[in-house]
Amino acid sequence: MDLCDKGLTQLADMLRKGETTSREITESALTRIDERDREINAFITVSRETALKQADQADRRFKKNKKVPLLNGIPIAVKDILCTKGIRTTCGSKILTNFIPTYNATAVDRVLRDGAVMIGKTNMDEFGMGSSTENSIAGPARNPDNIQYVAGGSSGGSAAAVAAGESILALGTDTGGSIRQPSAFCGVVGIKPTYGRVSRYGLISYASSLDQIGAIARSVEDCAILLNCICGHDRLDTTSVDIKKPDFLKSLNKDIKGLRIGLPEEYFIEGLDSRIRDRVLSAVGTLERNGAKIINISLPHTKHAISCYYLIATAEASSNLARYDGVKYGFRSEDDFSDLIMMYEKTRSEGFGSEVKRRIMLGTYVLSAGYYDAYYLKAQKVRSLIKRDFDNAFEKVDCIITPTSPCLPFKLGEKLDDPLQMYLVDIYTVSLNLSGLPGMNVRCEPAEGLPVGMQIIGRAFDEQTVLQVGNAYEQMTKR
Amino acid sequence: MEYDAIICFETHVELNTKTKLFCDCLVSYDAPPNSHICPVCTGQPGALPVLNKKAMEFAVKAGLALNCTINRISRFARKNYFYPDLPKGYQISQYESPFCENGHLEIIGDDGQKYSVWIKRIHLEEDAGKLVHSSDSLGASEFSLVDYNRSSVPLLEIVNDHENNPIRSITEARAYLEKLRQVLRYIEISECMLERGQFRCDVNISVRPKGSFQLGNRAEIKNMSSYKFIMDALEYEMKRQIDILESGGSVDQETRLFDEVKGITLPMRSKEDAPDYRYFPDPDLLEVQIDQELIDKIQKEMPELPDQQMKMIIRDFGIAKNDAIILTRDKAVSEYFRLCASLCEDKRRLANWIIKELFKLLKDDSSTIDRCMIIPDNFARLINLISSGEITESIGRTVLGEMFKTGKDPETIIEEKSLKIISDNKILKAILEEIIAKNPDAVNQIKAGESRPVDFLMGKVMKKTKGKADPKKIKKMILKILAD
Repeated sequence: MDLCDKGLTQLADMLRKGETTSREITESALTRIDERDREINAFITVSRETALKQADQADRRFKKNKKVPLLNGIPIAVKDILCTKGIRTTCGSKILTNFIPTYNATAVDRVLRDGAVMIGKTNMDEFGMGSSTENSIAGPARNPDNIQYVAGGSSGGSAAAVAAGESILALGTDTGGSIRQPSAFCGVVGIKPTYGRVSRYGLISYASSLDQIGAIARSVEDCAILLNCICGHDRLDTTSVDIKKPDFLKSLNKDIKGLRIGLPEEYFIEGLDSRIRDRVLSAVGTLERNGAKIINISLPHTKHAISCYYLIATAEASSNLARYDGVKYGFRSEDDFSDLIMMYEKTRSEGFGSEVKRRIMLGTYVLSAGYYDAYYLKAQKVRSLIKRDFDNAFEKVDCIITPTSPCLPFKLGEKLDDPLQMYLVDIYTVSLNLSGLPGMNVRCEPAEGLPVGMQIIGRAFDEQTVLQVGNAYEQMTKR
Repeated sequence: MEYDAIICFETHVELNTKTKLFCDCLVSYDAPPNSHICPVCTGQPGALPVLNKKAMEFAVKAGLALNCTINRISRFARKNYFYPDLPKGYQISQYESPFCENGHLEIIGDDGQKYSVWIKRIHLEEDAGKLVHSSDSLGASEFSLVDYNRSSVPLLEIVNDHENNPIRSITEARAYLEKLRQVLRYIEISECMLERGQFRCDVNISVRPKGSFQLGNRAEIKNMSSYKFIMDALEYEMKRQIDILESGGSVDQETRLFDEVKGITLPMRSKEDAPDYRYFPDPDLLEVQIDQELIDKIQKEMPELPDQQMKMIIRDFGIAKNDAIILTRDKAVSEYFRLCASLCEDKRRLANWIIKELFKLLKDDSSTIDRCMIIPDNFARLINLISSGEITESIGRTVLGEMFKTGKDPETIIEEKSLKIISDNKILKAILEEIIAKNPDAVNQIKAGESRPVDFLMGKVMKKTKGKADPKKIKKMILKILAD
């Protein structure tokens, strides 16, 4: 077992005992990248030099003072949708291929402040639009378990990097399932916290009311440590909530005896791969045998979630992506243009990939005069109903368990020609973005050699319960 | 046939907050291009807006001064369109639930009666940057450049209503704009300098036969940078529309641009080409809740408005209405007057001297009262010296001129230039006797009953004394000597 295959907790312990150094860990991860990333393509940019410099700084901090944050010296990969000062941030798009931010996203600032080593920027679907990391200017990311298969998306690079030992931790973002679904496909733990828990400042917006930054790691405990660092109010993001953040490690090992877990009937019906259903239900059985109470619940508006999501997300995206016009930064068409409109048209036609253009057009239509009420406004109403479903359910249960994805990882190219099939991959995850609730993917038993994940959903701002249940399951099934 | 106009303004007012609407950049007019910019106001990927609370308070203040209802819950919306001076590809503005609605501003209508011009809504939005084209300052550059210093400066938009108490004539339009600007300056939320673009208007105008209640198609006119151009544009447009109607045609509902050089309006885009801005609530900003306490606080701290000050000046100081209007046109003048008035008995003389003498000096110097070197205390003392007869009005003007130039107090100037009135009767008598002796013709004419030579003799005396004699007293003395 190489250093880069160990978990954060174990490495933090070794660092404190002087058994290893941040430089050794970082070099181990960089070596793994050299060995495997040509195939996996988890990274768009590997920031080797800065990483090693940061590692040395972290080692010096250890020498000076053993009481440094747990993240000190630990390699972390950052999704290329988060701005990193002085380091190219492409968002997986041609339109930002040459964009170097002048500032760090708040979440990036926080991990660096705690001494984490930023090893590179990870591959993703362009602007977070996709479920397979195939819509990337850098080419597709592949599943480390089997490179014939996709890594999921849009944070496929982050999940694959953690799964392959190319990083210990990763930051991802989740607008409709983009942390949880690739985590399920790659067999790692990924949590999307409650909307408002992590500052979105410096997160390149796809759909502002749905986007949320979260953590990807190889254990629930590691995720909790990363969350401790990135959560909390930020005055630069009005939508980040100004409430006291808990210590996510504190309640991690609390007994789950008597805890009420809801199983929504709408999530276990037709369309779900039976192999996934069996493994999720078997995991639920394990929790039940260990004292949890399983309660059947209903989330009746689930069936509208995908349509609701694609109206709201595309509407916001059509506006959020208007700033990429070739005027201030990023790509500008080199073709001849005779006037301003032509420059916009050529720049945006050449600079955006087809999925992004599809969503911009859809969103523009949704917001158009005469259609706004029928689409955008109605979608907002449905969004409230979906939220209410969860409010009702949480009167009876403490958390909800569902599959993370209805299907196993699929082969590269398999769903590329059928956007609707691709959209359905997010069927179990989008409701949480619409309702703002926290959700985490935890791995179950694999099927056909491919990872399977279950999703644990909590009340708003109750990530503790989600982490507690996930950790309990991990402990029960420790290999 | 005679026609009425229906005029509605959309007035944009740049607020004088220290910082921009959604970031910490300073608001500055003269800074070098792009020296007050940051990721937020240049629309960098990932940057997010945070509302400037002060700007929100200013909007509420304007709403209260203009008799609006303040919406307790308000929202920002995105107005989507592409232009290089708009870095995000959308402007953060307000659509549904603006900060203020349903207010009015009282003006004096053409009929001499009070008239309340309806204010439909007041909303807060961010300004765009500025494009600099090759013709302006870039020499022969083939590029246009953009300066984002103005990007995201807070802008208040004040909108009238066609159906509710609109402006009815071009003179009323001017009265409305002047009154609006006056009020906004009084409450100190903007300097409203037209030449700096701090007070800009688009105007909608339609005409209808006098007495008709039907609204005609209207034209929106953009691109006017001064009162004169606004009035010229309205004048031209009203005539154009009347001509169309007179010749049996119909006015198109469209947007027109004013050509300052030719003084005419030209079609810009038709109603069909009107852009679809795809407004929707900005998901980056939460709903703004305005507490009643905040509204009460702003109301309580509201400075006196021009109408209130005018009434006070008439009532407490006995100033004539026309003078009171002039004195309250500008807040700084009004305050100057009030400061002087508290130290001065003869308020009417004071008013008169500010309007006639001080304004003339300011005008000749193209200065304003804020830059005037004469402190109110000194101005009041000068008036008191004149009132008590220690100096004549004519000397007073000389002293004022000197005070204006040097900022010294009147007594010092009188002392230095020995301008004090000659009150010693012996000296005066000696001067008079000398002048009478030198002008026998005039003396004879006076004795024959003519009065004009008295003035002639007085002129001689004033010249001799360099104006330091009290004319009334001299006249009496001349008549007395001749009668003896």
